[in-house]
Amino acid sequence: MPEVQAEQIKCVFDRPRALADRPHHYCPGCSHGIFHRLVAEMIDEFGLFDKTIAIVPVGCSVLAFNYFECDVMEASHGRAPAVATGIKRTLPDRFVFTYQGDGDLASIGMSETIHTAARGEKVTIFFVNNGIYGMTGGQMAPTTLEGQKSTTSPAGRDIALTGPPIDMCTLLSSLPGVAYLARIPLTSPKNLNTARKYMRKAVRAQIEGLGFALVEALCACPVQWGMDPKQAIKHIDENVTKVYPPGEYVDRVSGNGKDKAKAS
Amino acid sequence: MPDLRLVKGNEAICYGAVHGGCEAFFGYPITPQNEVPEIMSWLMPKYGRAFLQAESEIASINMIYGASGAGKRAMSSSSSPGISLMMEGISYIAGAELPCVLISVQRGGPGLGNIAPSQSDYFQAVKGGGHGDYNNIVLAPWNAQEMYDHPRIAFELADKYRMPVIVLTDAVLGSMLEPARIPDEPPEIEVPGKPWAACGRGGRDHKNVINSLYLEPEVLSDHNDKLQARYATIREQEKKWDTRLVDDAEFLVAAYGISARIAFSAIKMARERGLKVGLFRPVTLWPFPSEALAEIGNRVNGTLVFELSGGQMLEDVRLALPGRPVEFFGKMGGVLPSPSELCEEIFKAAERCNAGSSSRTNQVRV
Repeated sequence: MPEVQAEQIKCVFDRPRALADRPHHYCPGCSHGIFHRLVAEMIDEFGLFDKTIAIVPVGCSVLAFNYFECDVMEASHGRAPAVATGIKRTLPDRFVFTYQGDGDLASIGMSETIHTAARGEKVTIFFVNNGIYGMTGGQMAPTTLEGQKSTTSPAGRDIALTGPPIDMCTLLSSLPGVAYLARIPLTSPKNLNTARKYMRKAVRAQIEGLGFALVEALCACPVQWGMDPKQAIKHIDENVTKVYPPGEYVDRVSGNGKDKAKAS
Repeated sequence: MPDLRLVKGNEAICYGAVHGGCEAFFGYPITPQNEVPEIMSWLMPKYGRAFLQAESEIASINMIYGASGAGKRAMSSSSSPGISLMMEGISYIAGAELPCVLISVQRGGPGLGNIAPSQSDYFQAVKGGGHGDYNNIVLAPWNAQEMYDHPRIAFELADKYRMPVIVLTDAVLGSMLEPARIPDEPPEIEVPGKPWAACGRGGRDHKNVINSLYLEPEVLSDHNDKLQARYATIREQEKKWDTRLVDDAEFLVAAYGISARIAFSAIKMARERGLKVGLFRPVTLWPFPSEALAEIGNRVNGTLVFELSGGQMLEDVRLALPGRPVEFFGKMGGVLPSPSELCEEIFKAAERCNAGSSSRTNQVRV
């Protein structure tokens, strides 16, 4: 073995500065840890650490203020986009993002989500869609799949009773204030790289002043789905993506002068 | 001293807010306070400050949470049903120790009620409204001058104690044109630094977190103890009240806001007819100036509480005057008594008190 000199050692993978060095409370197989890391990578990569304000939601990620090292505000359930608006309108040079789950963003906070997007508010939303209320014990979410069992749809979601699941990317894509909108399952290293690509554009949409940006991550909740982590990943790739097709829904960031059609 | 100018109460509030350093206004239309967002929509941008018409009062109060958490002086204005919608947000603002100013222009209730003047949201403002053990400082202006002065005082108190301050007014004061001394341009003011604000670290060696979540019971208990200690300080230091014609008074009327205006006219009528009546007007409804009221209430023959409600401030007056005769006269639904009608009620109440037939706290069904 040739001797390795200190100057030859290069760090190729590390914890992002924006991510706290502490254990998470998330369940085994949960996607939150991965998505937190990706968000923190963006803050580091764009040099935004000192000018970022994160808004975290009510739900499983309610304690995310312990995990991000930038300034953080804890919003009430569903109101993170309104809180973000209040910050961005008074501190327009800061980077303001919300981190929200599907119950928070697509149910109780639907009004704030739509109006913040409609105003073209220059904020970025990182949206965790795992199709269930995890924190409160596995109740049906607006994004729960047809037939999916939950503690409030024990026989499986009956869409005759509840209506079908809400596809947020399709819903928001009609609003001209939206500068960037994309969806990606966090299920493989390849998909994580695509997620990074999408998230970079969602950051740029804000710092370039283009408008509202949202990246929806299709995430696993093995505990509340009654699956092991591997089954949960497989379930996302095989079933969840059929209802929520991944891809870029709106892209006014790329500079091609026109909106890119839905990728898949 | 600035010249007198004729302003509507709602207009005075806007100048008071801007001159008091308001940096962000978020609001939603609702009668009878629509002049406030309308004026703020051009007055705020004139000084480079933020104005946004929110999609709802729920959004408004959460925008305030964001702007205030970022260290800015933020305000909203609404009326009864809209203030009800803000209650969750106010509780979060109290829990997260954020300063903010809310203008509550009361209208008739309950429910959609009507757009006429009322004072039926005293409990909502003074006793809480939202969940949890918290208080708001509540100021009650009674004329256009105070409608101008109170928003600035409210911002100062909000920043000093890091809590919501409500200016509780009503449809009459909001709509009435009166003279008030208002400078043409915002005066120089000093705003305290906010080292706790989550405005981006900017090189700070620690992160700032705006939060009202404390999962450990002992920690939340300590947090509540801290808030209660702060409220105790405010009770000691911030009580404000106004008295008229009390030195020789044999009978007292307790009223706030527009009711105190009507009462003052009625009192002067009663004095012309030989009854020496005084006025006690709380300016802070929370903290309620109980001791100042007791000092007068304990030496007169009785006290009449007059409100545009079914009897809300009445409870605080009774608590301040245990064992003393306390009478009540109220009008609801937007009906305003004339001063002469109130004057008659003062005579009737004074007669009951003199005859010893008035109810006392320990005899009253609570």
